[in-house]
Amino acid sequence: MAELTKKGLAGFLARQGILVAFAVFMIAFAVANPRFIDIDNVFGVIRSSAILGVMALGVTFVVIGGNLDLSVGSMMSFSTIVVLDLHDKIGPALAIPSMFAMTMALGAFIGILVGYLKLNSLIVTLGMLSAIHGLTLTYSGGKNMDIADKEGTWFAVFGQGSVAGVPMPILMFAALAIVLSIVLSKTPFGRKVYAVGGNGIAATFSGVPRARVVFMTYLVSSFCVATAGLIQASRSMGSQNTVGQGLELEVLAAVILGGASLLGGAGTIFKTVIGVLILGFIQNGLLLMGLAFYAQYVVTWIIIILAVWLDIAAKRGALWSRIA
Amino acid sequence: MTDKTPALRLEGIVKTFPGVRALDGVSFTVMPGEVHALMGENGAGKSTLMKVLGGILAPNEGQIFIEEQPTIMSSPMNAKEKGVVFIHQELSLADELTVAENIFLGELPRKSFGRVDWTTLYDQTNAILKTLNVGFDAKKRVGDLSIANQQMVEIARALTVEPRAVIFDEPTASLTDAEKVVLFKVIEDLQSRGVGVIYISHRMEEIFKITDRISVLRDGQYRGTLNTSETNEEEVTQLMIGRTLDLSRAEVTHETGEVALEVRSLSCGELFEDVSFTVRRGEVVGFYGLVGAGRTEIAETLFGLREPSSGTIHLSGEEVRIHSPADAIRRGISLVPEDRKGQGLILGMNCRDNMTLPQVSNLTAGPFVSDGAEVAIFDQYRDKLDIRTPGWRQTVGNLSGGNQQKIVIGKWLSMHPEVLIVDEPTRGIDVGSKSEIHNLIRELAAQGYAVIVISSEMPEVLHVSDRIIAMFAGKVMREFTADEVTEDSLIQAISGIKPDKVA
Ligand SMILES: Nc1ncnc2c1ncn2[C@@H]1O[C@H](COP(=O)(O)OP(=O)(O)OP(=O)(O)O)[C@@H](O)[C@H]1O
Ligand SMILES: [Mg+2]
Repeated sequence: MAELTKKGLAGFLARQGILVAFAVFMIAFAVANPRFIDIDNVFGVIRSSAILGVMALGVTFVVIGGNLDLSVGSMMSFSTIVVLDLHDKIGPALAIPSMFAMTMALGAFIGILVGYLKLNSLIVTLGMLSAIHGLTLTYSGGKNMDIADKEGTWFAVFGQGSVAGVPMPILMFAALAIVLSIVLSKTPFGRKVYAVGGNGIAATFSGVPRARVVFMTYLVSSFCVATAGLIQASRSMGSQNTVGQGLELEVLAAVILGGASLLGGAGTIFKTVIGVLILGFIQNGLLLMGLAFYAQYVVTWIIIILAVWLDIAAKRGALWSRIA
Repeated sequence: MTDKTPALRLEGIVKTFPGVRALDGVSFTVMPGEVHALMGENGAGKSTLMKVLGGILAPNEGQIFIEEQPTIMSSPMNAKEKGVVFIHQELSLADELTVAENIFLGELPRKSFGRVDWTTLYDQTNAILKTLNVGFDAKKRVGDLSIANQQMVEIARALTVEPRAVIFDEPTASLTDAEKVVLFKVIEDLQSRGVGVIYISHRMEEIFKITDRISVLRDGQYRGTLNTSETNEEEVTQLMIGRTLDLSRAEVTHETGEVALEVRSLSCGELFEDVSFTVRRGEVVGFYGLVGAGRTEIAETLFGLREPSSGTIHLSGEEVRIHSPADAIRRGISLVPEDRKGQGLILGMNCRDNMTLPQVSNLTAGPFVSDGAEVAIFDQYRDKLDIRTPGWRQTVGNLSGGNQQKIVIGKWLSMHPEVLIVDEPTRGIDVGSKSEIHNLIRELAAQGYAVIVISSEMPEVLHVSDRIIAMFAGKVMREFTADEVTEDSLIQAISGIKPDKVA
């Protein structure tokens, strides 16, 4: 009987490890510094995680489909710059849809290269990371973008507004998470994303249009990036060309931390949201402990390595392997 | 034999998985120098028992003895050190590495500073390969070898130690007859060196040809051991499935209808050439030939996975062009592919989702996949095909090999195709289910389906087909009706020998 319970616990840990780790971590930090679970701090963390989170939702689709997207950081800079620029030229009502169209055109382009031309997603999106950065600089002429009349526009609502006391970024993150979670878990398209990432050949043999499904995952990802860009632009009402720089790795860290497998075919939106929150709270916790802001880059990297290692270890069934 | 010490003994082995009692107090003994068959239905626990013996799974209860000394197999490496080697049902080789590297993986011969001693490595490998009589050498990349030769690499890997016992888990499932002969020679060799061989297979004729004793498992329980020379197929079957089988052809008399599929002078590069045939509704057409005769490639072309270089395909009299599997499915063609792990299943997905994948877009209520509709389909085919699983939520990769194959068959039957193509439909399937699947194929034909069966097993082709098309090197050699075909004429035709006089 004792044996059984132990097995049960071990099984629970293996299945819900990420939630358990999250709980343990939160308690440890809360004990170390009670300010950590102060309601303002918690809200603050979620709000500042929202942009990253929105992007992670889209990348979850790409990763479950068996690919990577490293272009989301620089694509987000692009969206932000474009929407700020167009705001003053054609007004927010037209600027927003135009920016979404332009960003999603970039996503479609990646989708064609990776989906239909079957190019390696790492190479394609790494290339797009720098190509889009170049595009953004060309577009802006290297200048920062600012909205001229910050008071006379309703554009600030996405980044600074709130409904019933809940900040808009959090609402948008939550709404998008719910919608995309339903798409992924309840629709035929979602099922096909898992199939293509799980075994692309078998999916093809089952009549799943692999290329189109991969294409669609990049479209979803770019839609999320555009949404993130909108929140970012609206929050700051002005921006540098490099606002999204480096975010692609944090996004990936959150997605992997949530348990989406880099090999494709596994993961959920809910777990990604947990991954985003863990990452946010870890960074916040370290900040509260007095760690320098830039130390977070190292910490993020360590988290990625840990998450990938645990992912592989879970598959291999051992934490160490003897090197051949 | 009985007065000797057993090479290996397992006692009271219990192994459970969530929702499954895979082994329920199983005992099993292997004597040195014997070939011991382990038989049982799909999901009976054969592979699981061997995984316990091979150090891959830890048993919940029970004890393993080597020469009557209690021992614990802590890992596959550890089991191998103790002389127990396992040749898997599923190949587990690294495609990108050479034959030599695969064989000595984890124990490469070393020089100073840990450098690999390549000369010794290749010499030792070639020495082993020579005893196996294979036609490739140590430096070949494993990914470039045929499945059969990959199997030989697995076997070679077992021979790097002086084994006490070697486990073969369905080794012949994808071997040609010639390759089987080589394998049986290897087994005989091991036997004469005093090695105990455990042999798992669903093929009775092999079992009776090469084994000394037969142990039977059923639903995770040990059912008894028989001396091969003193028993027969009926007795073994009775022990395995609790009843005997009526193996006579289910003669469902039925009319054949109009032509469902016609192929005219179809060619695809070098793979096959000038292939013409028709399949009527209500008819089963068997394709028989050696591996590489082009049968699978024809199926793949019909299913939109390859573009033909010339020739035409007609469905119900209308010429069609099929560019993708989605096209083929829309036109009512189903293909049960030959490689269930690579082409048939998404191993990490659950049973139900695998089964409904080709039609998931149609099983909707509003924009959402309808849970009820999916479960209904799964339940129907689980019952029809007797699929053993604790429930539809089980990950397909956790099912036994034969039950995985049944999921693939269920997937394509549930599409209610006009033309059903099955490529090696009973690979890895137990005798009971095999005859059920054969009956099912006959029954489907009786219901008006046009069925194509591709198989490398002559009894299977003879058993289910109304007509048989014999292929050799990408060409149709001859077409037989069920009445006129004989084993000899079939063998002749697939070896490329033209008949002297056409019957
Ligand atoms: N990792 C696992 N998780 C859950 N269930 C499992 C796992 N491995 C095996 N099982 C279950 O244990 C039972 C025995 O499986 P096993 O693979 O030993 O059957 P088998 O006799 O080898 O069948 P086959 O002839 O089809 O290969 C099956 O019901 C199977 O679903
Ligand atoms: Mg098995």
